Amino acid sequence: MSVVTQTPAENAVAKTARRDGTLMRVSRYVVVRLLTLFVTVVIGIYLTIMIANMGGYVDQIMKSEIRDRVTQSIIAMTSNQPMDSDTRQKLIQERIVAEEKRVGLDVPIAIRNFRYLSNALTLQLGRALNMTSDAGSKQVRLIILERLPATLLLMGISQLFLFFSSILLALTLSRRYGNFWDKAVVALSPTSAVPPWFYGIFMILIFAALLKVLPFGGMVDSPPPSNPFDYSLSLAKHLILPGLSLVLSSFFLSVYNYRTFFLIYSSEDYVEMAKAKGLPTRDVERHYILRPTLPNIITNFALLIITLWTGATITETVFLWPGLGRTLYQAVGLYDIPIIVGSTIIFAYLLALTVFLLDFIYVLVDPRVKIGSH
Amino acid sequence: MNTLKSSFQNILYYPSAVIGSLVVFLLVFTAVYAMIKIPYSEAINLWRGGEDVWYKNPKFAAPAWINLFSREKYSESFAVSTSDGTMEKVVDPGAENTATYTMNYAFDFGYDFYPQEMILYITSAFDEKQPFISLEWLTPDGRTIRIANFAIGQDFTYRFSQDEKLKTRLKTENVIPALFSLPNEVIPAKGEYQLLVTGTTFEANSDINVELVLHGQVYGLAGTDHARRDLVVPLLWGAPVALAFGLIASLGTAMLTMIISALGAWYGSWIDELIQRITEINLVLPFLSILIMIGTFYSRSIWTILGATIALSIFTGAIKGYRSIFVQLKESMYIEAARAYGASNFRIVFTYLIPRMIPLLIPGLVLSVPSFVFLEAGLAVLGLGDPVLPTWGKMIDDASRNGALYRGYYYWILEPTILLMFTGLGFAMLGFALDRIFNPRLRDV
Repeated sequence: MSVVTQTPAENAVAKTARRDGTLMRVSRYVVVRLLTLFVTVVIGIYLTIMIANMGGYVDQIMKSEIRDRVTQSIIAMTSNQPMDSDTRQKLIQERIVAEEKRVGLDVPIAIRNFRYLSNALTLQLGRALNMTSDAGSKQVRLIILERLPATLLLMGISQLFLFFSSILLALTLSRRYGNFWDKAVVALSPTSAVPPWFYGIFMILIFAALLKVLPFGGMVDSPPPSNPFDYSLSLAKHLILPGLSLVLSSFFLSVYNYRTFFLIYSSEDYVEMAKAKGLPTRDVERHYILRPTLPNIITNFALLIITLWTGATITETVFLWPGLGRTLYQAVGLYDIPIIVGSTIIFAYLLALTVFLLDFIYVLVDPRVKIGSH
Repeated sequence: MNTLKSSFQNILYYPSAVIGSLVVFLLVFTAVYAMIKIPYSEAINLWRGGEDVWYKNPKFAAPAWINLFSREKYSESFAVSTSDGTMEKVVDPGAENTATYTMNYAFDFGYDFYPQEMILYITSAFDEKQPFISLEWLTPDGRTIRIANFAIGQDFTYRFSQDEKLKTRLKTENVIPALFSLPNEVIPAKGEYQLLVTGTTFEANSDINVELVLHGQVYGLAGTDHARRDLVVPLLWGAPVALAFGLIASLGTAMLTMIISALGAWYGSWIDELIQRITEINLVLPFLSILIMIGTFYSRSIWTILGATIALSIFTGAIKGYRSIFVQLKESMYIEAARAYGASNFRIVFTYLIPRMIPLLIPGLVLSVPSFVFLEAGLAVLGLGDPVLPTWGKMIDDASRNGALYRGYYYWILEPTILLMFTGLGFAMLGFALDRIFNPRLRDV
């Protein structure tokens, strides 16, 4: 018999070879992708540092501020000691030099920027210049960590609610599109052109100023209740208005987008086929409509996570919510570069990480996409 | 071009598009009207003007039309002057160069709330001997209250509520309510009040002029703010500023994005690669915090912010979308034909590739206007608004800084927010309809 067949052993060899090839391809892709993303993050952070330093303008402000502060404190300190003006002047100069050295103003900008960069990349975020955390620390890392839960709480609850409720509603609407509710959502979708802080102003006006049922802003009552149950109740009360404005401002557009998306997919031939086969609606929706839209839904979810980290600067400011966004705004007001750079770095890292993970998740949910192949 | 024209004719079939275009048209009309009615330099002067420009206006006054909706009437403001004839002035020459001036103003007061303040601005001309003035207040019930007697300088401002002597004489801390009510009552007495100013000069060629200003509770069409400014100015001027910012930003971003992605797709190789990398870097940069940094460290001028906004908005996800369409277009037959007859690269990109994208570009362009308009307002709310220009965002910022929501000055915050809301919704409605017209795939669903 001279039929050319592969022996099981040969078969196994071919399989390993294929697997090795896949492994090679994937690992090469991973390495290249990680490298490009790393370079991207480095350039992004360097640009941020450069903008934050704006040609040394910030240094001037910081220097004159140090001079003022040191002079004031020395004069106050030595006011009832006999001291001639020369010695005092010398003391002030010494202190200024020491203080400038402490905040790192004694090295040239270019070098300082690189020092900032290398510290930033290794997540040594340094010490804040003016701001402190509520616990009294000047560590940027601690300040950011302290404000993070507030942002995560607000953004997490509102964005997750928005995500799941809009998908569910969109699915319901796409089942019988053209009815009253569907038309209402389409008609209301332009309301999402208005940002959340804007709804926030209206919410404060209606519920806090006119009806006086909910607080104007902040995160808990003052003084904070000591009992955990009262505390969470007070937290929930303060969460309603900012959360509602965040949800309301993107709700209708989000429902409209998902609905249109589901409708486009549900008019595909294979869906018609599945319906003709007599599959239950549930199965059709799950396996024939939701499944192919999964990559897009996941992208939206990833973008959602990114907004969750960055928070909403203006909304937090309007509601006096003590989160990251408001901290960033305060830091800019106080020229506190380490905090600005610190939050930007964390943002850049998270974004790069999300982009990287997305590539892999795509492969898992969409068999048509193959990693590293062209 | 004809297809573009017929597409625009389709707008009439979409009610939301008609409403949207109407709003946009109204905005443009308001903007043009504002620029003609109050020229730029005058608007800036008015907006930056202090007490000397706005002394006639009350502080924190609601618009006058709220009286139409309220059962209890708020007092309106007015200003009358002898120099322009709105206040009566009779000169009676006496012996030895003296003269007696009788100036009086009678007005009906039919409101349920007291005015904020009454002020008399007196100007006089004399060489050495100061003129003398006495004031009397006639109430509807026939009482005559002596207010004050004093000698005046060249310019003299008499504030009724600040006069300590008058406070003692009326036995009250609050002069204005005492003047406007019956004895031992705490509600304003309605009827005709009269202020009688009698002046005496002691020289030839002397003169006295007075201006009576009553700061009521309401003022004008839009009310006033903490600096007594008439809010009509920022409300009118907010329209051209918002439109200019929104339109220039969205047009600039859309055009530049399109040209850059067309060039990248056409030339390919390293140009394309560079554009992709810049886009990725830009994705990592936090847009708002960079704008905040530029506003704080560098310049708060609206043009700087506009430039930075455009620069940061070019390399976003949109450039990838455009690129993929251009890459498809690049392979089509008519491009090949153009190449065959020897068209230059420049000609192909600008006369064959880009015009094909315009129908796709228009809805996106219109839809992005509100986000830029709100961005400008948002920056103003963060305190980074243009320091010179009167804008809607600046009004919201002023209002929230002065606690308008806590203290009940709702008109102050509602006027700009409602206008901004209309602007945003108008463009969004038009944009959504255009999207359906130009992207037929969406039309059935």
